[in-house]
Amino acid sequence: MDPNQKSNQESESSSFEIKEVRGLSQGAIVRRRFFRHKAAMASIFVLSGILLLAFTSVGLDVGFGSFKLQLPGWWKYSYFETTNVENAGDPTMDLIPAFIDGTPMAIGNHPFGQDEIGRDGFARVMRGAQQSIMVMFVIGGVATTIGVVIGSVAGFYRRSVDAVLMRFTDLIITIPVVVVGAVIGRSVGNLGSFVLAVFLGIFAWTGLARLVRGEFLRLRESEFVDAARVSGASNMRIIFKHILPNAIGVVIVNTTLLMSSAILLETGLSFIGFGVRLPDVSLGYLINENQTAFGTRPWLFWYPGIFIIGIALCVNFIGDGLRDAFDPRQKRVITSKERKAQ
Amino acid sequence: MITFIVRRMAASLVVLFVATYLMYLLTAYSGDPLEDLRTSTARNKEQLIERRIQLLNLNVPPYLRYFIWLGGVLKMFVGQFTLGENMNGQQVTSLLGSAIGTTLQLVTVSTLVAILLGVIVGITTALRQYSAFDYSVTFMSFLFFSLPVFWVAVLLKQYLAIGFNDFLQNPSLPAWLIVTLPLASGLIWMGIIGGDKRRRLIVGLSATAATAISLVALLATNWFESPSLGPITIAILGVGLALIVTTLSTGLTNLRARNASLVVVGIGMLIWYPFNLVSSLVSPIVFIVLAILTVVVGYAVGYFMGGEDKGPVARTSAISAFLVGGVIALDRFMQAWKPYVESSYISGRPFATVGAATPNLKGSFWVHGVDQFTHLLLPTLALVLIGFAGYTRYSRASMLEVLNQDFIRTARAKGLNERTVVMRHAFRNAMIPLTTLVAFDFAGVIGGAVITEKVFAWSGMGSLFVESLRRVDVNPVMGFFLITGTVAILFNLIADIAYTLLDPRIRVN
Repeated sequence: MDPNQKSNQESESSSFEIKEVRGLSQGAIVRRRFFRHKAAMASIFVLSGILLLAFTSVGLDVGFGSFKLQLPGWWKYSYFETTNVENAGDPTMDLIPAFIDGTPMAIGNHPFGQDEIGRDGFARVMRGAQQSIMVMFVIGGVATTIGVVIGSVAGFYRRSVDAVLMRFTDLIITIPVVVVGAVIGRSVGNLGSFVLAVFLGIFAWTGLARLVRGEFLRLRESEFVDAARVSGASNMRIIFKHILPNAIGVVIVNTTLLMSSAILLETGLSFIGFGVRLPDVSLGYLINENQTAFGTRPWLFWYPGIFIIGIALCVNFIGDGLRDAFDPRQKRVITSKERKAQ
Repeated sequence: MITFIVRRMAASLVVLFVATYLMYLLTAYSGDPLEDLRTSTARNKEQLIERRIQLLNLNVPPYLRYFIWLGGVLKMFVGQFTLGENMNGQQVTSLLGSAIGTTLQLVTVSTLVAILLGVIVGITTALRQYSAFDYSVTFMSFLFFSLPVFWVAVLLKQYLAIGFNDFLQNPSLPAWLIVTLPLASGLIWMGIIGGDKRRRLIVGLSATAATAISLVALLATNWFESPSLGPITIAILGVGLALIVTTLSTGLTNLRARNASLVVVGIGMLIWYPFNLVSSLVSPIVFIVLAILTVVVGYAVGYFMGGEDKGPVARTSAISAFLVGGVIALDRFMQAWKPYVESSYISGRPFATVGAATPNLKGSFWVHGVDQFTHLLLPTLALVLIGFAGYTRYSRASMLEVLNQDFIRTARAKGLNERTVVMRHAFRNAMIPLTTLVAFDFAGVIGGAVITEKVFAWSGMGSLFVESLRRVDVNPVMGFFLITGTVAILFNLIADIAYTLLDPRIRVN
């Protein structure tokens, strides 16, 4: 590209950008940019669809010890009951309309098919998706909380606190996540997926802590922090009211990316047998269970995989949209239509 | 610098000590190491349990047993290094010794390919930002990023390996593939080369035509049954590669570099025939020596033909020599293909879905090379697909960042051509943050190959780890962890040092 033309275009686009956001608050600008990110918006739509489908269809069944919460779903089978194998377990779902293949569109009794002992594929995939999504959010929540606290304390107090906390971070980073996950899964996997997720979260915060620390080291030298200190704000107030809101972009973006890797971690662990265990199922577990049956019952293998990819892809795109929205250097692409309008 | 390294090493040792202690406790408390014996029906059950307790010191509580293990590790200073024994009484060091080679093979190849591909694609998308090519690559990289490796692996086994083996039994393609493959290649090249409509059309059409012709020619000549390149193709490929390397590194206007590269290709062609005569004598060590020799000869040619700018010319011809040597070696490997496929070990289905090598395979170095290739292909592809996405994203972001900086504007303003701006000024600086990432990743990937090894039934470090963990066999798990942990720490250190060497603005300490 001709360099002149490029710089010309740059100044044009930045003036366009300035005109666009004049008089708006930071939050409003971010929201606006995010809503305009088509892939992210589509992903939010798809992800909420998956969430809704997974949590309403087979209902809710969670419990720790004596606390039990059970809600029925609208789907007729549960993920553990066995029914008669119909039609060799073939999926009954047909999404191709009648005018193409002659048979009308249908959902049928077992849209995702059945396994060899007659458990309903749809119910199992839905339950698996519930578990995987729950694990994803719990890992994201736990890791973000720990990462933000450790990163901000280290970045704010510096010196010996920083040195100690960062060596501690190094300690955790040394252990590959899959390895520590496997060991944890081996020890606490029988306590249920929620406990497993919490423990995995305890080891997944290191990257975020480093980034937050970096942000804090930069922001603590800025004028608004001096101003807050001069007006008598306490350290806690400066950390949580003044610096953290300014570092929130880094936190949100990395939390989404962390969550997308969390779902792959959980499914991977369940796949090698150290994650969610029977009687419960997760998407990775379903794939592990059915990989040898690929030749005879490929549908048992396809659907869990498609759901993993769907969820991870949506979360990744949302993360990308958020990054574009928060990054001040980000310049929106000007469509040819808008360029003509200028 | 040296104080920095020493201080970091000391801190790392402390970190490693605490981390191993933590891992030891986690593993030891994760289950019952006697479980399989307790449920066994063997008559001498009590005796077996007793023996295992003796062997692994199970009557010592884990928080103290760790120090027995640590004692074995620390004995390396007196030459009695031991990592303990596993449940069956085998030495962990010997178990690891055989496993580590397998894993390193897998990890090294896939990481190198992923980096190479990722950087190339990342840079080209950065140069064609916001084009259709950029958008489709971005989408693909997000997709690959979200793929679970075990899922991809099963699909690759099913469709690629089995499908390709079926194809090799009767090499013919359905008509729709013969039409769509060239079209796809045309579209991809159109996207990479870019430019105005006319140029894109020419590029697209010629790429489509070239692919279609070569595809039909390959099928018609039964190339897939006995692949080879032959002197003419080697010469054409060699000249093409030499010109591409020269274009990228010094530009074709540098006649000295161009001529040196072409001379190197000529030397390669002269060597080709005598090399093929004696090639059955080549062993792995000779192969490595030959590879080094090739680069040295290439460098020397460039050095003597370089005139005033010896450095860049020698570099260019050394890269060309390496590539031409690679093409000649590839040709030799291809010649070993037919005997390999027809040998009794393979019986016509070359692409393996499990294992790291064909057991008891006999043959020359080249046949073993082909065997490694067929076994490495699937796991490497699975790892590359996923790793490649990350490298594409990072190198694209880093390249865009650099391209927007003032020194690039300066370089353009002083009239340098686009090649110099991109390759000399932008590319090199864009690679700096990537070195750190590569170092980090390499450490992570050794641990991360756990899942891949399991799917493809490679008996590497990952499967050693998984199996030992399943049986709560602490010593092999710790051996695995000691290696991954040490590698992680070492590579982090290397990353920091490389960063300071590459970017003079950053100083350690």
